[in-house]
Amino acid sequence: MRQTWRPDLEDISHLKHTPLHALHLSLGARMVPFAGYDMPVQYPDGVLKEHLHTRAAAGLFDVSHMGQIVVRPKSGRMEDAALALEKLVPVDILGLAEGRQRYGLFTNDEGGILDDLMITNRGDHFFLVVNAACKEADFAHLKKGLGATCDVEMLDDRALVALQGPRAEAVLCELWADVASMRFMDVAEADLHDVTCIISRSGYTGEDGFEISIPAKSAVDVTQRLLEHPDVMPIGLGARDSLRLEAGLCLYGNDIDTGTTPVEAALEWAIQKSRRSGGDRAGGFPGAERVLAELANGAKRRRVGLKPEGRAPVRGGAKVYADAEGKVAVGTVTSGGFGPSVDGPIAMGYVDAAQAGNGTKLYAEVRGKYLPLTVTALPFVKQTYKR
Amino acid sequence: MLKFTEEHEWLKIEGDVATVGITEHAAGQLGDLVFVELPEAGASFAKGDSAATVESVKAASDVYCPLDGEIIEVNQAIVDDPSLVNSDPQGAAWFFKLKLADPSAANALLDEAAYKELVA
Repeated sequence: MRQTWRPDLEDISHLKHTPLHALHLSLGARMVPFAGYDMPVQYPDGVLKEHLHTRAAAGLFDVSHMGQIVVRPKSGRMEDAALALEKLVPVDILGLAEGRQRYGLFTNDEGGILDDLMITNRGDHFFLVVNAACKEADFAHLKKGLGATCDVEMLDDRALVALQGPRAEAVLCELWADVASMRFMDVAEADLHDVTCIISRSGYTGEDGFEISIPAKSAVDVTQRLLEHPDVMPIGLGARDSLRLEAGLCLYGNDIDTGTTPVEAALEWAIQKSRRSGGDRAGGFPGAERVLAELANGAKRRRVGLKPEGRAPVRGGAKVYADAEGKVAVGTVTSGGFGPSVDGPIAMGYVDAAQAGNGTKLYAEVRGKYLPLTVTALPFVKQTYKR
Repeated sequence: MLKFTEEHEWLKIEGDVATVGITEHAAGQLGDLVFVELPEAGASFAKGDSAATVESVKAASDVYCPLDGEIIEVNQAIVDDPSLVNSDPQGAAWFFKLKLADPSAANALLDEAAYKELVA
């Protein structure tokens, strides 16, 4: 027996630790290298139970490996920082109200995606959360693009945890009652257990929930306080991946990268009217020519949900064909696995635009067989965001 | 006679037939299984060929044929309920029965003590 996917068994001494590393070990986590960090892939209960618990109650995730970056206008005027950021992302930043968060993308000159990120207006600065594997590159990209007008600072002294699931609000309410008044994508500062934290009502599971930025020195205290609640269970990267896949959310490096554009990736909802052709601040971001053209005319291929018919999971990398003999190649699976809440295999990937309509029957090559799958609207599970 | 491989299969050998499964250690490492694919009865494999596939939520793994032989029976129960492999890997959750081309080749496999040392 051999796992065809497994963590590198190389020397792990170079791996970085999050402020919660010792806590993971004490909880019995199985650790794997991820984006340069030694991270928990699962706890003793296992991926399946962790996944289902998050959808039924509340799951707690350590996402401290992600980059937390502050962009502060040198002039003191947020407008200057907003317009500077808009040169790097095809997103309406000027229209982002204080205390609100928005999903965004860094694009390159070809319209490819350098990273996806969350952007918050914190009143006198913007607060960005970026992917762990991209954070150094993103930081350099921001310094280069905004350095003249803004101070850009990577916050290395903060942890980030996500509390996700239908019981997340009730759990967090016990530490800070006002949390109930927050809506999806609201961001507020609050004292949890006498520690000043930045709380956003967002996440990566499709569930209602929160992401909480905590000063590193207090991270274990606050996290333990949350874990003490009987509804909360620690969740590893394994279930984080199956939860986000069911929710139809992209994993950078798998589903989006420098070779995919926002329109190909079906992320045009992240590009507000003001940045599209005819808008007040149309274009003006890297790769705008291609992205605006694709917004108008569509892209040649499209990211879609794919539902395999049988029980066999179809994994990332599987080739997709229009026919059961594997003669007409139409695309590739980028993420695939088993959805515990769906109770069956699920996948997403890119297919030719002509094959991207919901209900289209396609075939994926798995171990020499061509397994039928159907193009299916994302997400696979109902999102429960509190809007 | 109970034998093991370094790839975490176990073999219970009776005459020239080996009942083959994956070890408790392997099942623990894989985590909750959600899919099992078994070979067809009648298929022949050489030692080291991929004979079956098991999948957890996050990964697919091959199960190798531990010796040369022909599949004479497969365990449909683990296809119907893959979680059986987690709950009883060295009992009810056997994978297939293999008619050995050369029963004496089993002597070269690990015995239980050697396997336990390997995974310790």
